[in-house]
Amino acid sequence: MTQPMTEFLYTTYIRSTPQKVWDAITNPEFARQYWGHGNVSDWKPGSKWDMVRGDGSGIIQTTGEVLESHPPRRLVISWVDPSKAADRSEYSRVTFEIEVVKDAVRLDVFHNELKPGSDMAKGISSGWPRVLSGLKSFLETGSGLNLLCAAVQPKVA
Amino acid sequence: MVADEDKVFKALADASRRQLLDGLRRKNGQTLGELCQGHDMSRQAVTKHLKLLEEANLVAATKKGREKLHYLNPVPINEIYTRWIGKFEQGRIQALHNLKQALEEKDQ
Repeated sequence: MTQPMTEFLYTTYIRSTPQKVWDAITNPEFARQYWGHGNVSDWKPGSKWDMVRGDGSGIIQTTGEVLESHPPRRLVISWVDPSKAADRSEYSRVTFEIEVVKDAVRLDVFHNELKPGSDMAKGISSGWPRVLSGLKSFLETGSGLNLLCAAVQPKVA
Repeated sequence: MVADEDKVFKALADASRRQLLDGLRRKNGQTLGELCQGHDMSRQAVTKHLKLLEEANLVAATKKGREKLHYLNPVPINEIYTRWIGKFEQGRIQALHNLKQALEEKDQ
């Protein structure tokens, strides 16, 4: 039997519309403001997608393929560190589900097929809660700066 | 069902519920049955605590076949964290936290 894979499910409720939540994830201009990175793709099934650093370096942080795309409700992508993209076993999978619940939108992010204890599993488990609370703040208040904290090192005199 | 901060604080203000969250941190995606086995609580108590945790959005659940799987959802905790901790404090607080952890591990 193969080793069980690690998986995470993250949820947030956002006072917004499914289209705005979809755009906040898939439009690099929006994502840069709260995620710190922009996700670049034409978001068609079979297309490549890249998470490009928002610092202007053009460095690709994460990459993968669009597996399913039903705007503005459901997006499934594969997810891999670009330096390991040749190894199929390094790919994990992210499913975004966007659903209207009363006066808000529920966004579910299911990240599965991760290698247990891998750097990727550790990284995403601190990354997604920051990204989702940044996304919520960005759409509800127009400011998502709290996420960028992680990238800012305090200057010590 | 928009989770508000009051629900989050109320849900966290109980040792049994925090234990359930710790259990999910150790192993994410557990069924009710698995969560009952790992804790010294009745099935009824675990069900009640999970309901409160789900209402506070600290636990996210999904159906997988006939089973309901529960996942730790720290997103509301991150919202509380960013509300009171600014970007310049973050590095220092992390340093103090690491120091405390290192010293306490040494004592054991």
